[in-house]
Amino acid sequence: MTQGLLNGIFIGLTFAVYIVIAFRSRAGSTKEYYTAGGGVSPLANGMATAADWMSAATFISMAGVVAISGYDASRFLMGWTGGFVLLTVLMVPYLRKFNKATVPDFVGDRYYSRVARGVAVICAIFICMTYIMGQMRGVGVVFSQLFGIGIPAGVLIGATIVFFYAGLGGMKGITYTQVAQYCVMAFAYTIPAIYIAMAMTGNVIPQLGLIGNYTVGSESIPFLEKLNNINTELGFQEYTSGKMSTINMFCITAALMCGTAGLPHVIVRFFTVKNVKSVRKSACWTLGFIAVIYLTAPTIGAFARVNLIEKLHNTSYAEAPDWFKSFENTGQMAWVDKNGDGAIQYFGAGKSDAGTNAVFQGKGPTYPTYDAQENQRIGPQGQRLLANKADTSNPNELYFGNDIMVMANPYMAGLPMWVIALLMAGCIAAALSTAAGLLLVLSTSISHDLMKKIINPNLSDKEEVKYARMASFAALVVAVYFGINPPSAFIAKTVAFAFGLAASSFFPTLLMGIFSKRMNREGGIAGMIGGIVFTSGYIVYFQFLGGTADQYLFGITPEGIGFIGMLINFAVAFAVSSFTPPPPQYVQEMVESIHIPNGAGETK
Amino acid sequence: MKLDHPRAHRSACLKITLTLLAIWFVVSCCGGILFRDWLDANMPSIGSAPFGFWIAQQGSIITFVLILIVYAVLMNRLDNKHGYTEEN
Repeated sequence: MTQGLLNGIFIGLTFAVYIVIAFRSRAGSTKEYYTAGGGVSPLANGMATAADWMSAATFISMAGVVAISGYDASRFLMGWTGGFVLLTVLMVPYLRKFNKATVPDFVGDRYYSRVARGVAVICAIFICMTYIMGQMRGVGVVFSQLFGIGIPAGVLIGATIVFFYAGLGGMKGITYTQVAQYCVMAFAYTIPAIYIAMAMTGNVIPQLGLIGNYTVGSESIPFLEKLNNINTELGFQEYTSGKMSTINMFCITAALMCGTAGLPHVIVRFFTVKNVKSVRKSACWTLGFIAVIYLTAPTIGAFARVNLIEKLHNTSYAEAPDWFKSFENTGQMAWVDKNGDGAIQYFGAGKSDAGTNAVFQGKGPTYPTYDAQENQRIGPQGQRLLANKADTSNPNELYFGNDIMVMANPYMAGLPMWVIALLMAGCIAAALSTAAGLLLVLSTSISHDLMKKIINPNLSDKEEVKYARMASFAALVVAVYFGINPPSAFIAKTVAFAFGLAASSFFPTLLMGIFSKRMNREGGIAGMIGGIVFTSGYIVYFQFLGGTADQYLFGITPEGIGFIGMLINFAVAFAVSSFTPPPPQYVQEMVESIHIPNGAGETK
Repeated sequence: MKLDHPRAHRSACLKITLTLLAIWFVVSCCGGILFRDWLDANMPSIGSAPFGFWIAQQGSIITFVLILIVYAVLMNRLDNKHGYTEEN
């Protein structure tokens, strides 16, 4: 049986399961469409939220980032899990008690203002749109690799499937499908890690392997020491110490944490359970399920790094493993024989005075067209040649994208074919589950918050769901367009936007709305606008208008500026609210009531 | 006592929340980032991993899960005490 066939069987099987589940639990009413009727069990909701939260990017790239930057990558590990603590103890129990279907609903009612609701809707739409573009691209890339079709066709197939169960099934259909997807993802992520941990460290549990000994061949030294030695020998930063400044690391982690706690598509997941007690339980399950993957990611990253270097560094191209050649064909790895010795050398920035280890000039690899002469396409060793000029300022010859670490890991470790097929199914599950969840929040924002609450309050339930389905279709068309024609540099940059916006707008505004009775409309709106303007101004200046690194405020990169934006939001809001009249009596009573945990009842 | 329910509940709840957030901050931000160099140098290694590094990549995540479990248990107990119990 070939690998391709096995992949097809695994993915086909998982798809059949998703579709059956989606069909059996399709939504009948608006309530079911938006929040699954509020009756999902905490365990199921926990799994679904975990699947929703872990996108294709998390699933595929995070271990790669850890492999490359070692300690520095802890900002993602801590930021994206620590945010759930904030979310659970400060936000969701109270928002659930408040009992509305969306986050802009809370902002609009709590700050008794259409302007506040409008700002919240725009932020929510922007955040979700940013995310979903990347997801569609991810689906397209995986499909195209699997079936050898073009990326556009892959994106279209993915979009059709997502539309089928997100658009039709609503929150209820999505939630139960995501439960299945989480299971696929968890197995797909941990099984390869277990195999590799056994091979490299003799430990069945990868997390123990990471802190255990490296036992390949006759040597037996602490695994991390081995990794540090390899890294420093080749001119990289020591694996367990970072090169980011402490203040920048702190700000980025804090921005990711607060951003996580303010992401509308995560918050609404907790509106699907029955009452406040279930919300707390559900949050425990969610973080527990996420932790399974996040505790494994650093081990995969570390193992993959050792494997990659051991297998490729100083290996002649003729003896290089087959998987290297197949990744070379898809453009995810490349080798430029700078010194002409026919062997692959991999070095870090520390090995040259130029302070870089770029293999070639330009951002990504480009290749000669297929009608170019053969000696321009294929090198003397049979390697695939690049159109880019070699960067001769340093000796590094090996290029690879961050994304391939997880995908290449099982090949590098020589794992059985079914493990690889499972991993493929896991990647697709990760992308689909996140895309579907986002699509739903996006369509809700448009149909419920925009159409019903702002434009036409007389909309009936039925019309609202109709609008939601239309909106999800429209959103998907936009996402497909950007999935096929990615403004690639743009997407990576806008991720900073999504978290910065969530941290500087939603997080403080919701927090003050919940915990301060005195916070009024003027303060809330001024704070939100202050936070957004500062954060997006900073990001736009450095990402799009060519600001340079030496102009950074306290050395904080745009990724971490959301944290400062958040502080500004708080400061402005408190200052303005102290000069303006307190909120009306009924709003103050509402704030009192959301702190009483019982009687949450069904979501409206 | 009966009259003061909501207020007593709220202040007890705030106390739980702030205590847990303090632990959350000390472990993740202080342990994993701000004082990690000191911890690496002065604390025993976890297996072969330096203390601060292990906290940043493994320990903090485990702590987060524990915090949420403690939160759920304590809050449910508090709700029961104040008569806000709900069916599952």
